[in-house]
Amino acid sequence: MSALAWPDAAALPRLFAGLPRDGSQLGLDRHLSLHGPQPSAAGLIELLEASGLTGRGGAGFPAGRKLAAVRSARRRPVVVANGAEGEPVSFKDKALLRRAPHLVLDGAALAAAAVGAREAFVTVDRRAREELESVSYALEERRARRLDKGVRLRLVPVPPGFVTGEETALVSVLNGGAAKPAFTPPRPYERGVGGAPTLVQNVETLAHVALIARLGPDWFRAAGTADEPGSALFTVSGAVHRPGVYEAALGTPFPALLAQAGGVRGEASALLVGGYFGSWVDARHVEGLSLLGSDLATVGASLGAGAVVVLPRAACGLDQAARVARYLADESAGQCGPCVHGLAALAGALEGLVRGGPDTRGRTVRWLEQIHGRGACRHPDGAVRFVRSSLEVFADEVELHLHGRCSGRRGEFLPTGRVA
Amino acid sequence: MSREVRVNPIACDGSGLCAELLPERISLDDWGYPIVDGTPLTPELLEHAERAVAACPTMALLLAKSARGSPAKAA
Repeated sequence: MSALAWPDAAALPRLFAGLPRDGSQLGLDRHLSLHGPQPSAAGLIELLEASGLTGRGGAGFPAGRKLAAVRSARRRPVVVANGAEGEPVSFKDKALLRRAPHLVLDGAALAAAAVGAREAFVTVDRRAREELESVSYALEERRARRLDKGVRLRLVPVPPGFVTGEETALVSVLNGGAAKPAFTPPRPYERGVGGAPTLVQNVETLAHVALIARLGPDWFRAAGTADEPGSALFTVSGAVHRPGVYEAALGTPFPALLAQAGGVRGEASALLVGGYFGSWVDARHVEGLSLLGSDLATVGASLGAGAVVVLPRAACGLDQAARVARYLADESAGQCGPCVHGLAALAGALEGLVRGGPDTRGRTVRWLEQIHGRGACRHPDGAVRFVRSSLEVFADEVELHLHGRCSGRRGEFLPTGRVA
Repeated sequence: MSREVRVNPIACDGSGLCAELLPERISLDDWGYPIVDGTPLTPELLEHAERAVAACPTMALLLAKSARGSPAKAA
């Protein structure tokens, strides 16, 4: 049997199919026998548009439309596979690079061929040693087999950091600069690496591209819903029995994802959905939700890059929010005044509430209004979203603190990705 | 073609001159950085906007083609 056949088209896992049980990577031979030989890039953009694949890096932009924009540029473009994954509660890109690097590399080579690029940079956090080794080994396997004709795939270690994966920051790194976002326009698809039109695509998105090129848009749409088709990788962490990276079809009931992670350990108070740019969802609301942007929007949340953290009732949500807010302030690239001063002020405000007051909520809400949309990149917007959601979902906890009390324990629970 | 003011937040260091010269479109946040109202500039305001752009010590204020089309007819 080669590829997944039609009657099982909705079967999962897709990206994580056939992985060795010992945790090692799917080697090139097994990759090719499981998924089929490297397909042609002919008509790929049309296939992607028909598939409805959206970017899996968090922003959710339609992949086909992004490729089409880059293809229509006048100069020869460049492709960047974005595996920077600076989000401390997301490990799905690393898991994919470590376990199934050939899907990512297939996708990068196919995307390059489809837009007319001759070069594709695969960017990986320079601290992610296993992932760098895995990709580098996979590249050697492909060279020995003379795959990827006409495209040069290059592995590029990039600096760690929350904003590194932002498109313009990544382009800056590849141009020899710091991992700092740029003022736009021009956007990278107009002018990016070396001044060339640049397709920046998340590594998971590229892995889906590798499968859509082989199996087609109807296969892709056999999982998910008509409006949000396909599957996605989710990093589930916090108070669950088996934290890890899981693949699920979009539209899967939220409790089914938590069940994949072994179920909630103890009692949960809230779930952080969409990572540190995401929103808190009261644990009581999760029962009726599905893994769909449209569904999560009803509680003010979105899927983002698929990071879900379960907060145990024993941990004080306000304290966690203050810690993450401080982390986001510290991770500002330090370029834009409203981000530098505003995010530090927001973190200080939450820290003040944790300590029991004074009640600065009115001023904090004014700051949220002032800061949103005022950076060169969306970093301040993500922080604003997180803080606003924290004040809403932990409103009762704030009241407790203003009366000198606290319902839980304090101390680091949500990781801040710092390496000593 | 109608125009609007835009600020490059990386270049801006919060001198606040723009808010003095074009208060109709620019206010300052709690830290002294400009909050720009991207409403298309009316013909009367265009000259003030050009003066504000020229006055910015870090050249962070820009006149950009309006993303929202023509301004409502000037009163």
